[in-house]
Amino acid sequence: MPRAKAIEVRGLSKRFHVPGRKAPPTLRARLRNPLGRTPGRSLDVFHDLSFDVEQGEFFGIVGRNGTGKSTLLKLLASVYPADTGTIKVAGRLAPFLELGVGFNPKLTARDNVVLNGVMMGLSPAEARRRFDEIIEFAGLQDYVDLQVKNYSSGMKVRLGFAVMTHVDADVLLIDEVLAVGDAEFQERCGDVFEQMHREGRTILLVTHSMPIVTQYCERALLLHEGEIDTIGEPDLVAERYYDVNLSAMLERPDHKLPEMSSKIVAAIGDPYGRIVESWFEDAGGERVERLEAGEQIELHAVVNVAREYPDPRFRFHIVASDGRLMFASDDVALAEGSAAADARIEVEATVENRLPPGRYTIASYIYCGPDTPAGPTKMARLEIAGGRQGEAMPLRHEVKVSEVTAPTNGKPATGEAADVAAAPEAGR
Amino acid sequence: MSTTAVPAQPLELREIPGPSAFGDSWRRTWDMLWLISVTEFRLQYTNTTLGYLWSVLKPFAFFGVIYVVIDQVLGRFANGDAEFPQKLILGLVLFQYFSEATNTALRSIQSKESMLRKTHFPRIVIPLSLNLSAAITLVFNLVGVFLLLIITGVDPQAHWLLVPVVVVALVALTTTLSMLLSVAFVRSEDVGQGWSLTLRALFYATPILYTLTILPDWIQPLINANPLSPLIEYMRVWVVEPSAATPVDLLGVTEGLLIPLAVALVIGLSGFFWFKRDAPRIAEAL
Repeated sequence: MPRAKAIEVRGLSKRFHVPGRKAPPTLRARLRNPLGRTPGRSLDVFHDLSFDVEQGEFFGIVGRNGTGKSTLLKLLASVYPADTGTIKVAGRLAPFLELGVGFNPKLTARDNVVLNGVMMGLSPAEARRRFDEIIEFAGLQDYVDLQVKNYSSGMKVRLGFAVMTHVDADVLLIDEVLAVGDAEFQERCGDVFEQMHREGRTILLVTHSMPIVTQYCERALLLHEGEIDTIGEPDLVAERYYDVNLSAMLERPDHKLPEMSSKIVAAIGDPYGRIVESWFEDAGGERVERLEAGEQIELHAVVNVAREYPDPRFRFHIVASDGRLMFASDDVALAEGSAAADARIEVEATVENRLPPGRYTIASYIYCGPDTPAGPTKMARLEIAGGRQGEAMPLRHEVKVSEVTAPTNGKPATGEAADVAAAPEAGR
Repeated sequence: MSTTAVPAQPLELREIPGPSAFGDSWRRTWDMLWLISVTEFRLQYTNTTLGYLWSVLKPFAFFGVIYVVIDQVLGRFANGDAEFPQKLILGLVLFQYFSEATNTALRSIQSKESMLRKTHFPRIVIPLSLNLSAAITLVFNLVGVFLLLIITGVDPQAHWLLVPVVVVALVALTTTLSMLLSVAFVRSEDVGQGWSLTLRALFYATPILYTLTILPDWIQPLINANPLSPLIEYMRVWVVEPSAATPVDLLGVTEGLLIPLAVALVIGLSGFFWFKRDAPRIAEAL
């Protein structure tokens, strides 16, 4: 049964008025047209957008800078009016286009929480009632009556984020909130989003981070040149996002591309082949997206060759949710000599799983020779279960212990010597 | 994490109306308005030791200066009006409210840009909250003024009950004018320069340093067409000297009351409608 809609967008268009070259306008222009708009031109941000988001869905919105992602979010948030089209929303919507909207540095945390909570849609009484919970969540109990101007930027972010998680909303709009904190904060944000998702809230997330899209989102939308380029599977959208980014680089006539980039662009514009599918299997041969810590990783990929090309190779990377490269494989030859046109090649790779619990993206690549990409990237997501995220990694290890001879001349051992002697004991 | 769970049954889709001047819930508009106004008012006195006492003390300080300069140094001018310092202080406090409220409201939309661009709320909250906060200050100031009047020998009288009429009318005029100025300023910052000059001119075109009666006959209707004039004049008559002539006594009903009322209505209605028209697009016009 299809889920009910949380958001329905139909025929949405938005156009901005961009002032002319001279701003403010000259006196003459003003006198000729005293109350009218300043001269300028119109800029179509997007035109005739239609899409739906289901209730309880984790939905990503991606696109290059200037493609209208934030404008779309602002229309959904009722910050800007639409020129044409309708937006329907089910239930209460809370926009988080920025953390801590309305924070005043001269106010205490208490006053700011109430102010910010009310800005985000709580009633003043409700905001006051939730205050203790919010402060506890932010871990700022000792700084409640401190003016926010004396807060560190990290504390401010925590406070803003804490308010955000305590605003009752059925639909949350989130714009790059993750970009402001350190790795630990981002990890925490991820956990909180997951929990909100589990509670059945609908989340719309604008981001530039493809690992985030592939790991959290159930569906995603790629905006490109004012239109919906792709909507659907996050992996698919992430791949298209990379493609669109690179072709845009090529289109800039005055831009000297580094050699590698131009090769990637060529590979995407006119690929030798494509990785049509990639997935993981467990020991029983079942397709999975989640493995237990330590369980062997078995990566499968299917490559369709479009036309013959020499020295076909395959390689893959494992990327953590914060973008860190955890592992890069060696190149594997896909065929002897050259890949035949219309060939379908299956790749199977097994990797020892020493990854700490967490979310990962596995990116697969095909190459023509050692450094010429042969086609677009393929992404697949993998979750390693077990324990809390960020727990220590179970590394194979060895500790060597050798006995230190105690002093024999009858003098009592000095403190330092005693420590050295005690160390192996602790090691055993 | 929030404690309230999302209801299991699907929620109904409803079309969102987009940003607007007044919002779709009066309750929410009022909640935000009150919260932000009180916050703005309190912000003036955070990091001060005397706190709100300042707003009561200010009229006293004013009075001290006026007393020394005008009464003692310049001698009793204003036609030997014995209660002129009290009248002056009333006029000054009312005009200062008008001037401060319009000046802050003028730049309010620009100064709250981050709020406007990042979240949805009735746009009217911004100029209105600054006005309301200025009105709270005015009430505190008036408490100081009335204490001062009693101390300097003005007897409390039944006419004092009419004071709220003047205060409400002044706040209404100031607020609607602020709405007009706040959206006009977004269209052109020339309005800011223009308004500070206008305020200076209004200070002299309003009976503050003088009373209407000392002016030549021909200019009285002109000065009284400024809606601030009858407001201040009535305040002075009702509070300080009930036997004195009101603008209606001096000029008749039309010139004394109806013309300034019409001017105020034109300002008020244009402020209201212009704000309502511009508010939905104010965030993108910034």
